[in-house]
Amino acid sequence: MANGNGKTGLRDRIKETNDKLWGSQFAESILRPGSPFKKGYSDSPRNRSYVVMNNVLYHLHPVKVKRHGVKLSYTLCLGGLSFFLFILLTITGIFLMFYYTPSAETAYADIEALSTNVAFGSLVRNMHRWGAHLMVLSVFLHMSRVFYHGAYKPPREFNWVVGVILLFLTLLLSFSGYLLPWDQLALWAVTVGTNMAGFVPVVGNQVKFALLAGVEVSASTLLRFYVLHVLALPFILVIFLAVHFWRVRKDGGISGPL
Amino acid sequence: MTEIPESLLRRSAEAKAKALGLPVEQVLAEMKGEAPPIPPPSDEPQPEPPRSDDVAAMEEAAETSEEIEEAVESVEEEPAPAEEVPAGPAAETPEIEPEQEAEVPAAPPTEAPLIESSEEAVSSPVAGDGAEGDGGGQAEPAAEPAAAAVATAVEDKPSSAGDGSSAGNGAGNGKVAALVSPRPTVPPKGTPEGVRTQRLLTVVKARAIQTVKAEPTDKVNTWPHLMLMEFGALLAITGLLVIMSVVIHSPLLDPANFNATPNPSKAPWYFLGLQELLSYFDPQIAGVTVPTITGIIGFMMVPYVDKNPSTRPSDRKFAIALYSVFLAGAATLTIFGVLFRGLGFNFSYPWKDGVYFDDLKDWVHFE
Ligand code: HEM
Repeated sequence: MANGNGKTGLRDRIKETNDKLWGSQFAESILRPGSPFKKGYSDSPRNRSYVVMNNVLYHLHPVKVKRHGVKLSYTLCLGGLSFFLFILLTITGIFLMFYYTPSAETAYADIEALSTNVAFGSLVRNMHRWGAHLMVLSVFLHMSRVFYHGAYKPPREFNWVVGVILLFLTLLLSFSGYLLPWDQLALWAVTVGTNMAGFVPVVGNQVKFALLAGVEVSASTLLRFYVLHVLALPFILVIFLAVHFWRVRKDGGISGPL
Repeated sequence: MTEIPESLLRRSAEAKAKALGLPVEQVLAEMKGEAPPIPPPSDEPQPEPPRSDDVAAMEEAAETSEEIEEAVESVEEEPAPAEEVPAGPAAETPEIEPEQEAEVPAAPPTEAPLIESSEEAVSSPVAGDGAEGDGGGQAEPAAEPAAAAVATAVEDKPSSAGDGSSAGNGAGNGKVAALVSPRPTVPPKGTPEGVRTQRLLTVVKARAIQTVKAEPTDKVNTWPHLMLMEFGALLAITGLLVIMSVVIHSPLLDPANFNATPNPSKAPWYFLGLQELLSYFDPQIAGVTVPTITGIIGFMMVPYVDKNPSTRPSDRKFAIALYSVFLAGAATLTIFGVLFRGLGFNFSYPWKDGVYFDDLKDWVHFE
């Protein structure tokens, strides 16, 4: 502990403090056995298993995965990327919610102020918008990857069905967010989009009416889309995501190798 | 014996008392070691250490061979005297049913909880109760009365199985259900010496009580292999998104105005393919058949329509071709809608008439 002259050097002090911090009861209580951040972690097959098994992560991942599934070239990580994008969208979306009021009078001004007056407002808005586009794209590509691998074949049929629901929800999320800036682009793109929904036979007009809270886009539509966008649809999506991930594991992990 | 809770002991004692026609208190005292052992009646089957061969053979069969569909468990004929013993004081108590069954040789299969520690194939099934000392660590004391043995086994299992102590090896510690069949040493009356009457009690499908994963697969640890990849992907997508967001500015056009319809009016790009279709066909057709039927229902039905079990690309040329046509079609329609539709949603050349795609209105934007 002591250097040549009998005094405790700075480096030793730092090491000591560090050891104390990471060895404290508090730190010990946060990190479960096997965490690589834990003091004295050593790399061993047993500890590698513990990293997953002893952590909340175990809800998502098994201890071991098929070797080919880890290769980037197999899944292209597209499902994972869709999920990451969803997380990024949630984070940036919460930020945006602090500055946005879903009313026809204020919505546009809020977005304008957000892009000019708020620190990082413009960046976060851009991230939210482009992230949404990227997510639609990556979910679609994920579906294509799954198709080309025939990964929907037994026992994974139902997970494909869940996937189609996820795609549909993703599109709806993106579409409902589209209206919120309440500018000309939002208003008319949503008008065109909901008109298309109106062409669906039998239920089309009812669906359109329910979506718009009326026969055409109005101030009530804005509130409706807002609630759908920030609460209802994400809630449903998360439930289906949970089922989706659960089924990936229970259907025997990633499909293949081809 | 010290660990067994009073209530359990009592239930065992009640069962035994009923079978032997003795007062419960006496049996209980004996079980607790407070009274001298009761000499068993000569016609009463004396529990013997359960055979391990049945259990072991079943495990082995199930472990090594998937072909073995069923294991036949045969137990000895129930001795007749068991029926005749006078009902003890606790005879009416319904919950002694299991123990009572356990007293006679036909014991119910006790199912161990399935503890899944990983997705690994079950490699070392822990022996069921009574399989003496073959690694299960829960071999029952052989001399114990069968009722007590089964009762304790049933109660013991969850705790000994659930502590996860063997989980560290990464392999599962799934359990096999085992059949306890304490067998009387004394053959039932009326049977000639040395002849064992056998009776088929039940047919147990090996699959029903345990899952055996057939081929071992080549696996790697999730940490670090998969998780580092995921972390890399997370960083990459975040980086891409941040760069994109710094470079490309989101559009914000004029405030919404119900009286000024922009020309052209376009749907968001992921619906532009549809809008494109709608411009060719009668809306009732394009808006009906194409998106709803193929789009949602059709896609959901894919796994049920495609009956071809192979995942090899060379075996599924048709499916691949079909999807590729769909992809190419969707991409073409979307790109067409984005770039080649100008005023009045009429055909236009992007290089001549400009691009009408407001999403990327502020294409490059440095702040
Ligand atoms: C919000 C959208 C979605 C998310 C976040 C998501 C996420 C994931 C993830 C993380 C996986 C693990 C393997 C991989 O990364 O490729 C996966 C697998 C799978 N996904 Fe998705 N997914 C989504 C949408 C879809 C869609 C639209 C479909 C199909 C219509 C689909 C069908 C499947 C199937 C069948 C698997 C199993 C693939 C295999 O075992 O190889 N998912 N999904």
